Amino acid sequence: MTVLEQPGTHAPASPPAWRPRTEAGPLLPDAEPYRVLGARTGRLPDGSDGSTAPQDGSGTPTPGAEGAAGAGKVKEPDAELLRRLYAAVVQGRRFNEQATALTRQGRLAVYPSSRGQEACQVAAALALREQDWLFPSYRDTLSAVARGVDPVEVLSLLRGDWHHGYDAHRTRVAPLCTPLATQLPHAVGLAHAARLRGDDVAALALVGDGGTSEGDFHEALNFAAVWRSPVVFLVQNNGFAISVPLAKQTAAPSLAHKAVGYGMPGRLVDGNDAVAVHEVLTEALERARSGGGPTLIEAVTYRLEAHTNADDATRYRTEEEVTAWREHDPVTVLERALRQRGLLDEETVTAAAEAAEQQAADLRARMNTEPRPDPMELFTHVYTEPTAQLREQAAQLRAELAAEQATEGGATGEENR
Amino acid sequence: MSTAVRQPPAAGGTAERKPATLGQALRRAMRDAMADDPDVHIFGEDVGTLGGVFRVTDGLAAEFGPERCADTPLAEAGILGTAVGMAMYGLRPVVEMQFDAFALPGFEQLVSHVSRMRNRTRGRMPMPLTVRVPYGGGIGGVEHHSDSSEAYYMATPGLHVVTPATVADAYGLLRAAIASDDPVVFLEPKRLYWAKADWDPEAPEAVPGIGEAVVRRTGTSATLITYGPSVPVCLEAAEAARAEGWDLEVIDLRSLVPFDEATVTASVRRTGRAVVVHESPGFAGPGGEIAARVTERCFHYLEAPVLRVAGFDIPYPPPMLERHHLPGVDRILDAVARLQWESGWTSRQDTGRGGGAR
Repeated sequence: MTVLEQPGTHAPASPPAWRPRTEAGPLLPDAEPYRVLGARTGRLPDGSDGSTAPQDGSGTPTPGAEGAAGAGKVKEPDAELLRRLYAAVVQGRRFNEQATALTRQGRLAVYPSSRGQEACQVAAALALREQDWLFPSYRDTLSAVARGVDPVEVLSLLRGDWHHGYDAHRTRVAPLCTPLATQLPHAVGLAHAARLRGDDVAALALVGDGGTSEGDFHEALNFAAVWRSPVVFLVQNNGFAISVPLAKQTAAPSLAHKAVGYGMPGRLVDGNDAVAVHEVLTEALERARSGGGPTLIEAVTYRLEAHTNADDATRYRTEEEVTAWREHDPVTVLERALRQRGLLDEETVTAAAEAAEQQAADLRARMNTEPRPDPMELFTHVYTEPTAQLREQAAQLRAELAAEQATEGGATGEENR
Repeated sequence: MSTAVRQPPAAGGTAERKPATLGQALRRAMRDAMADDPDVHIFGEDVGTLGGVFRVTDGLAAEFGPERCADTPLAEAGILGTAVGMAMYGLRPVVEMQFDAFALPGFEQLVSHVSRMRNRTRGRMPMPLTVRVPYGGGIGGVEHHSDSSEAYYMATPGLHVVTPATVADAYGLLRAAIASDDPVVFLEPKRLYWAKADWDPEAPEAVPGIGEAVVRRTGTSATLITYGPSVPVCLEAAEAARAEGWDLEVIDLRSLVPFDEATVTASVRRTGRAVVVHESPGFAGPGGEIAARVTERCFHYLEAPVLRVAGFDIPYPPPMLERHHLPGVDRILDAVARLQWESGWTSRQDTGRGGGAR
């Protein structure tokens, strides 16, 4: 079978001979968000019995149910993986805090925080192999950092010294993408290209609940399924598209159900359970690599902070809701799980905290230097060769800069006198 | 830069120049590009088995297989978006947007990513992709089949916008577009798909590269500045103008971005008069930009304001009315007549510059 060949019939069949092209049943997502850690921890601290659906009537999410239906099948996670995820999640939380602090100090123009979504961010990075690609959106800075990309380079977009700061080919992390869902077809195209070349590469594309309403979400999933591209789509359903809750975004049973319409499997997972997200992602990526095609995963999570530092979340959600989700905080969930398993000694806690603090301190120090972007670079990368018009405009700017410098030099001279 | 991709046979060779259509030359360009570079991939709606609705990709799937020339789902944003990802991985995608107006769903990918990725990544991630768009009217197409959207593309920094008007350019410019590391919106004048010229597919003639305009007809009275489907119209108008005593120069821009200011201004400085001709609406259209540039750079050489003959500022008309909309010979000659031939105030009356015969 060639790369683009599709299983099943291509010939239109008249109604009596009609058969579905794929059985829908196996594609249906989990009945409840899949959990690994929750399956062991029993009841939520708020006392809920776990029968709550992932959404209440208002369409805003409620923290995941304990004792999910699949609890019996859940296998005990590897201790080493638990430790790695714990260290990464602690570091991720600290990174979010530090980046938010940098906006208050004016060092970042804006920071869309992923506080509360650290389990998804970290699991996404750790589920990938060296040669795989990650396609993050603007809220997924942490996933790139967790993959090992230099945090200062990742924050270039939000600092504003250039639109993008790291080497995407070397890191295999595509540029943070701002127009919603437009990065999804890129992931499909890249994964398709790799498959055409016979390379063992998978792509993981991140998108939010709001992004699933965009046309590019639909087109990307459709192309991926038709081409059977080795790509996995992870929807972080964090409850809100800025202020708009999921109920105003979709009438689908769940976002994961959308997979069925494209002929790919859907998975529903507790997005605050790092182990569950990691497991589901790993399975889906493995399936993609082995020619099984794409998977759509919905991770139910919550954006604990406002959309950005410029947003006021109190206008669209209650403190009670936020508090309930704080009880299901991904860092706490993981911490509790490690403690229950006797994996969290003081040494581990200290080591994780120190590593996180070290990264934050390093980031702070490096972000406190004033970047000096070269204005002349504005013309350098528009085309392979600047056009005659761009060369003229560059000459104009160069003259303006020279005049500015002369004036500044003169002014300094005056002061010195 | 020149695009002599295939060397002509040695003198006395058996090169055979037979009539070929513009569409056949485009097809040959893609065929040769695919043969020369395994990274060239063609995809779009109906481009595979059918060979495209205009048959421009006819035979490519048969020759190179359904993976090199692939039918995609019917989704232009998906086509362009996946092309971006393929280019990220090092392929050289050539995509077809069936009709001009159907390219619009892909506009966000084009503006937000295709045009900016090189700039965004400081040159590390170029977008060597070619977006073929059949454009323009005059084929009796019903609504949405005759648009000219070049102004949108021209207004997007980071894109090259190229449009051939001759069979030789169809081949040479498309080869150059596919070989370019910059993204090229390649506008194919639909009504010229069947235009013929003597041309040898085994030894395509070298043509100037992207960014170079060509003087298709030399003249001394005034310069007609045009491109794509309006080039033959302007050449016809120039012939007709001889009866009025005007000797018109015709410039085929070939490339709207980069814009060859040098060739255009050199011509207008010689003739002292200029008319820009295109099908797309005049208001905020390409002609406005060109007229402004010519005026800024040739002001003291101009005997008259730079005029524009363009499509009306209306949605593209139904086929039974399109002839009233499209710039034709008469409308071009009317504009030429308004180039202030009566002006006697200039101190630079120079018979060598021709014109003024009325």
